[in-house]
Amino acid sequence: MTGVRVAGTGLTPFGNAPERTSRDLFAEASSAAFADSGVPREDVEAVLYGNFMGELAEHQGHQGPLMAEAAGVQAPATRYESACASSGMAVRDAVMRVRNGEHDVVLVGGAERMTNLGTAGATEALAIAADELWEVRAGMTFPGAYALMAKAYFDEFGGGREDLAHVAVKNHENALPNEKAQYQKSIEVAEALDAPTVSSPLSLYDACPLSDGASALVLTSEAYAEAHDIDAPVAITGTGQGGDRMALHDREFLARSPAAREAGEAAYADAGIGAGDVDVAEVHDCFTIAEVLALEALDLEPVGEGITAARDGRTTADSDTPINLSGGLKAKGHPVGATGASQIAEVVKLLAGTHPNSEHVADATTGVAHNAGGTVASATVHVLEVAE
Amino acid sequence: MSDESARDAGFDDWLDAAETGDAYYLECPAGHTSLPPRRLCPTCGAAELDERPLPEMGEIETFTVTHVPTPAFEDDAPYATAIADFGPIRVTGQVVDLDPDAVDTGLPVELDVTSSETTGERVIGFKTV
Repeated sequence: MTGVRVAGTGLTPFGNAPERTSRDLFAEASSAAFADSGVPREDVEAVLYGNFMGELAEHQGHQGPLMAEAAGVQAPATRYESACASSGMAVRDAVMRVRNGEHDVVLVGGAERMTNLGTAGATEALAIAADELWEVRAGMTFPGAYALMAKAYFDEFGGGREDLAHVAVKNHENALPNEKAQYQKSIEVAEALDAPTVSSPLSLYDACPLSDGASALVLTSEAYAEAHDIDAPVAITGTGQGGDRMALHDREFLARSPAAREAGEAAYADAGIGAGDVDVAEVHDCFTIAEVLALEALDLEPVGEGITAARDGRTTADSDTPINLSGGLKAKGHPVGATGASQIAEVVKLLAGTHPNSEHVADATTGVAHNAGGTVASATVHVLEVAE
Repeated sequence: MSDESARDAGFDDWLDAAETGDAYYLECPAGHTSLPPRRLCPTCGAAELDERPLPEMGEIETFTVTHVPTPAFEDDAPYATAIADFGPIRVTGQVVDLDPDAVDTGLPVELDVTSSETTGERVIGFKTV
């Protein structure tokens, strides 16, 4: 089995760009990834592209070939949809294809156009990741679903809104030097606590924003990188996927994410590492409570203790294991189909020493990216390691 | 949204049953429970699914008061959505007869099919007992 290297990464700015089509966004991200990689476009053998709500936002299906074209690549293309884990799934398939010798070079990434739908329209579009009959028709929104989990967490393990506010404050702080982030603005705990309620107990500052944006990665086999003298110091050494029942009410526990645990255990085993080896992680904080649940599912915090991690400084930039140094979905933004591959891009740069926050993880060799779909009925985890 | 004239077989049948006090859940021979429409047990794949009466009383296990709704509930907000535990199965629904601020975990509820103030569509509801 060949190793998989990340030869190049590319991101658009994440933010409010309602007029930009997803094809334009992906063209920008993929161009940046090619420029970063030194890999010629004609060597690409497949395009794997994540997108969630293109039919609703742009009346556009069949986006694989469209995005290959936008990227200036003539190669077979596939679109992956797994709600907010769409491009995490695309990356996982890309890794497996390179490993099994099917391809030497792939372009993988994702894009999402959201803000053109407006808040109500985007809320409706995001809700289709839940069970339409049994959840959405009862009025459950996405913030509502995570609010149900947050309330269940507080009841089972303790903690409260102020603990969650510290997660938001931390991630906003981390985004300050990230020029691609939607919010480069620090916030205070009191401000977060005073923000309008979206779905109690979650307020506006517990929620990631609606974002437009795209991400792209050029992945190559180790052999290709060596033969072509490509500078690709970071390898994807572990990949894992987890699944769960679609509706939250059908899960055994309302305040845990077994699919993320399953994905994490698989990815750690695949890479031959344990949670204790993780130096830095990007986790799927679509809501502040989601970061808490992710830390616990990945064994970075014991179950029931993740709630205090940000408040007590165990996940801040100056801690041993900084979480979401990019700003996370909360402050960097969450163009859902682009998020999974963007997390990989952030970890690659953090490990390679090219991220504006690399100084906080100067000796780091192992990073993790965790991407979740819906209320975590689907999840991917990837392990990245410095290879040279 | 699907064609308004088309029913969702299984789901709308369940709402019909719930309206006459005959709500049910499905149980396979191994005792796994689920909600329709199902041909197979989602846990073990068994094809023999028996309809069993939903216990009358449930208990609110977690809830949220939603202030930013989808367009289908624009005129309903703020409203409380809860997951209620009926024993063999949990159900998600809206708490209909209480001020949202008075909703709490542990409250006993029973099923009450209601309708959206925005669209008039049927909504699974809970009323306190």
